[in-house]
Formats: sequence, structure tokens, C-alpha cells
Amino acid sequence: MPGRNLKVKSMQPVVELRAVNRKVNGYSILKDISFELFVGEVLAVIGPSGSGKTSLLRVINRLDEPTSGEIIFQGEDYREISPVELRQRAGLVMQKAILLPGSVADNIRFGPAQRGISLTDQEINQLLKQVDLEGFRDREISNLSGGEAQRICLARALANQPQVLLLDEPTSALDEDSRAGVEALMAEVIREQKIPCVWVTHQLSQAARMATRVLVLDKGKLVKVGKVDEVLNAQSMVS
Amino acid sequence: MLSQWFPDEFTLGIAQAAVAAAFLLLFSFFLLRIKINLFKEILIAMLRSLVQIVAVGSVLILVLNGPIVLGGLVLLGMMASAAITAARRVKNIPGAQRAVFFSIVLGSGSIVALMTFVGVIEWKLESIIPVGSMMINGGMIACALGLERFRAEVQAHTDQIETRLALGAQPKIATDEYVRAAFQASMIPRIDSMRSLGIVWIPGLMAGMILAGSSPLYAGIYQFVVIAMLLVSSGVSALISVVLVQKRIFSKADQLLLKSTDDVIVRSR
Repeated sequence: MPGRNLKVKSMQPVVELRAVNRKVNGYSILKDISFELFVGEVLAVIGPSGSGKTSLLRVINRLDEPTSGEIIFQGEDYREISPVELRQRAGLVMQKAILLPGSVADNIRFGPAQRGISLTDQEINQLLKQVDLEGFRDREISNLSGGEAQRICLARALANQPQVLLLDEPTSALDEDSRAGVEALMAEVIREQKIPCVWVTHQLSQAARMATRVLVLDKGKLVKVGKVDEVLNAQSMVS
Repeated sequence: MLSQWFPDEFTLGIAQAAVAAAFLLLFSFFLLRIKINLFKEILIAMLRSLVQIVAVGSVLILVLNGPIVLGGLVLLGMMASAAITAARRVKNIPGAQRAVFFSIVLGSGSIVALMTFVGVIEWKLESIIPVGSMMINGGMIACALGLERFRAEVQAHTDQIETRLALGAQPKIATDEYVRAAFQASMIPRIDSMRSLGIVWIPGLMAGMILAGSSPLYAGIYQFVVIAMLLVSSGVSALISVVLVQKRIFSKADQLLLKSTDDVIVRSR
């Protein structure tokens, strides 16, 4: 582990935020946020509700615009990248599992189809296998449980072959078993594909299980960012 | 009965208007008695409509004797006020008024021009202005219905739209299905009125033509012509206005600007 960290540090960050602010109607939602994310990292973002966790992901995916500051995506100012391409490269999985009308396959196909790529049935099966939902390809989305829907959302984001994954409390709506399932699955995906990941969670235990680093937000401000044990120990002493 | 007492058209008109107004006031008093207070609103609407229509009548006396260019100017003024009225439906979208004006000019204006050129509308102000105003009114109603529905659809489907955007979809692809739904909604009254023409209602134009001494058969056929033109001009106006507004609900960086109200509250916390 320490060896890998050293190697990672010498490389260019996949995503870098420099003094990012976002204000809406005079309210500061994100205040002066700066951090870097490297290949192979899982950065857990924790903080009370309303602290700007979701807003942070939306700004990186550019669903929302920063009021000031810079975001560097693989060495390039992200304003230089077309929003459509950026969003394919920074895959966002939202807190609510929103599926598009149609079948599971329609959902998986949607992202790549936007770039003129049509996935084969085999590729879809492969993606569904990754999220442990083999045989779900032709299911209508109305016949899915919450856990299944969330895993489809994950497979749908992976179908775009993102270079970074932005996960917004992907297990918050799931029961204990499904949560453990999604965590195991993500651990595997991250290990195999080395996709760096910003994982918003409100559970310190989940951050401890999944993350390599932790970032603490409070009222839109970055309170602390660092190694899991350092930050979480300090955090649990406070709370 | 009234025509016996008021032999000339002008005094007869005033007498007829007075009778109609008296009925309206009587009805408002009745509503007051059953505790429905629309008295002030009905009174204001009545006075407004009377003043407006008398003013238009007076302007028409001048215009109808003037050059044909004047007709174009009158219609242009009508289109501008129609655009202001219809764009109220999407107040929070910048530039909506201009978009609606443009779509009414293209939808209603081009149909009136085309029909006049072909000869369906006679090349004289007495035809162009009234038929043109009907087309503009139709365009206005269709735009308002379409835009209102589009706004509601987008605000109800913010999550779905942003999900599509987040997967790398162009704004157009993320919202096309709501454009279609809005357009269909805007066409329903037009199609229904075409379907029920003559059975449920005898429209004002046909009634007017019969009153003016045209044969009811010709008046009926001409009414069909007008209704058909109305459907096309309303449809073109509504489609253009919704498609133009579709672009305006996104920022330059393809971010959805028209959010649902509770969404705004959640994010501004």
C-alpha cells in the first residue's frame, strides 16, 4: 500500500479542484474547495446533510457551474472539454436510482449510444454480470427492486467507460444485504479497472471500509482531507 | 324589437350593447347573492372589452380605407401583443417573448401570406385583418398551451433530464420527449374544435357571414377553410415556440436552468 501511494503521488491527478466556489442566490454552497484525486484512489466525502456533498459531485460532472475556481480534468481545464464528453468521462451515479423508461438494456445502451456506439447484447450481459444482475437484460425497469435499480445505475455509468466515478450515496436507499453487495461489487470494479472514485457517504463506517482517503465537508467548506484513519479518528473524537 | 325604436345602425348598436351589459350586471348581482364575488372583475373585463373593441372598430374604419401595408402593420402589432400574452406562461425563461413573437410571425404570418397569395383570403383589408387576427389568436393560444405544458413536463422530470445529461446526452435528446408531449397538448383544442365543427358550435365567422347575408352553405365551407388554416398556423407556431424555448432552458454548458421549485430549495440549503 505505501509503495502504491508513492507511485500514485508522482503521477498527474485525474481530477484536481482549485479554489472552487459555488453560490446560488447569494448562498455559498461550496467554499474554496481544493483537492486532487489520483488513479486507484477512493476519496470518501463525508459531512452532515446540506454540507455540499452532492453539489461537489454535480460541479465535477458539470451539471452545475462553479461560480469561481478551476477544475482540471487529466491536465486540461474542464471548460475546454465539451460538457457531453466531460460527463461521459466523469460518470455520476445519483443518490436516487433514476432509470429511463424502457428495459434494463435500453438504460445500459443509453450512454454509449450518445457517442454513436451501440453495445452488443454480449457487452450488456458482461456489464450486468459485473453488477451481479445476469439475466436482467430484457427486464422492464418497472419490475426492479431498489437495490437492483441502483446496481443498474452503476452498470449504466460503467457502460460509458468513465475515467472517474462520482458516487452519491449509492447505498443510502438499500437494506443491509444489498448495501454489502454493492460495496463488494464496487471494491471489485475499483480494484480491477482502477477507476478513481469520489464516494459521497454519510456513514463513517462505509468511508472506513471503502476509501483510501477521506474529505470532510461542513457548510460547503473543506474541513479536512487526509488518510482514512487520521481523519476518521479525529472525526469520531469530535462526534 | 330594438330595431323598431332605433332605425340607424349606430344607435341600435349602443342599445344592443346596453341590453347585453344589463344582462351581464344582473348575472353578476346574482353571483354576489350566492356569495361568489366576481362583480369587480366582470365589471372591469366588460368595460375593457367594450372600450377595446370600439377602439378597434374605429381604427378599422380608418384602416380599411387605407393602403394594404397598413393591414400588415396592424397584424404585426397584434402578433407582438399575442407574444407578450403567451410568453407569460414561461416568465422565468429569458428571451421567451422574442421566441414566441418569432414563432407567431412564422406560423400565423406565413399562413396568412400564403393563403392570401393563393387567393383563399381575399386581397383586401376587410378579409386579411379579421382572418389574420383569428390566425394570430390561434397561434397565441397554441403557444401558451404548448409552453405551459413544456414547462410543467420539464419541471416534473428534472431528475430524468439530468440523468440523461449526466450520461452524456445533448440537451435536445434529454428533452425531446417533453417537446413532443407539449406539442400534442397544444393541438388538442384545435383538433377537437375541427372535429366538432357545426355539431357543437357554429363559429363566429360563419355566424357573421350569415348575418351579413352570405349563403349558409358558402359560409360553412369558408368556415372549414378557416378552421383548417387555424390548425396549421397554430401547430407551426406552437412547434416553433416550444423548440426555441427548449434551447433556452439550458445554459451554454448544457446545464438545466429550469428546475422544479422544491429542487431549488433543496440545493440552496
